Amino acid sequence: MRIAIGYATGLLFGLGLVISGLSDPAKVLNFLDPFGSWDPSLAFVMAGAVLATAIGFSAARGRRAPLFAPAFDWPARTDIEPRLVAGAALFGLGWGLGGFCPGPALTALPLAEPGTLAFVPAMLAGILLARLLPPAR
Amino acid sequence: MTEFTPIASTLGGLLIGAAAAILMLALGRIAGISGIVSRLLPPAGEGTGWRSAFLLGLMTAPVAWFVVTGRAVEQTVSGNLPLMVAAGLLVGFGSAVGSGCTSGHGVCGVARLSTRSLVATAVFVSVAAATVFVVRHVLGA
Repeated sequence: MRIAIGYATGLLFGLGLVISGLSDPAKVLNFLDPFGSWDPSLAFVMAGAVLATAIGFSAARGRRAPLFAPAFDWPARTDIEPRLVAGAALFGLGWGLGGFCPGPALTALPLAEPGTLAFVPAMLAGILLARLLPPAR
Repeated sequence: MTEFTPIASTLGGLLIGAAAAILMLALGRIAGISGIVSRLLPPAGEGTGWRSAFLLGLMTAPVAWFVVTGRAVEQTVSGNLPLMVAAGLLVGFGSAVGSGCTSGHGVCGVARLSTRSLVATAVFVSVAAATVFVVRHVLGA
């Protein structure tokens, strides 16, 4: 059941990326370019996604446990530390260079564009490289 | 230029949010793609099954889209391979160090009004926009 839910939510998420246009790096880069060929579509993606997520999360808050797992795994940290800000800044630099973040890049993988095939292994390497840093407190 | 698509983008956003909502209600997990990928890289622990299935579902989406609509997914990816390698390294490293990406911080975290995620999202959107500004309007690439 957990595997079926994983697959179904992944497919739904991926279809959302495709239909919204977030899977197209050109659209992402144009959203990030308000002084050039600005395409505000991504603001609508974010609004729709945050709205639906917030409704689902508030329903989850009213329950003792998820349907198919023993407990909710809500993120617990609340501190703003240098790693959070530095990591987000490096992430933003990469996002602005390529127009890809992890979800769209993986969704685009079967389309096998050379740029995607270069991006995804490098992204995995980047995640592994981060483990060489001293562990976060 | 890309076409402004407010209706399709809102609809797609709602689907993304519905997926995140179902994952939380059913399995109690945050739909953060970088976290899901990171926890599948060795040493993989508990939860490998649903995480692999989620990524498989993501990758099925463009195929399902083509089968249902008969249209290929519209996409323009840079063919500058050294640039894409650098971008991939930064996205992977940055999301691992910053504990999240567009989905975990930008969607799930913002929906929870998490201060950490609001800060992270503001930082990565600003830096990404500044990067595009420099690349397109300063360097003229």
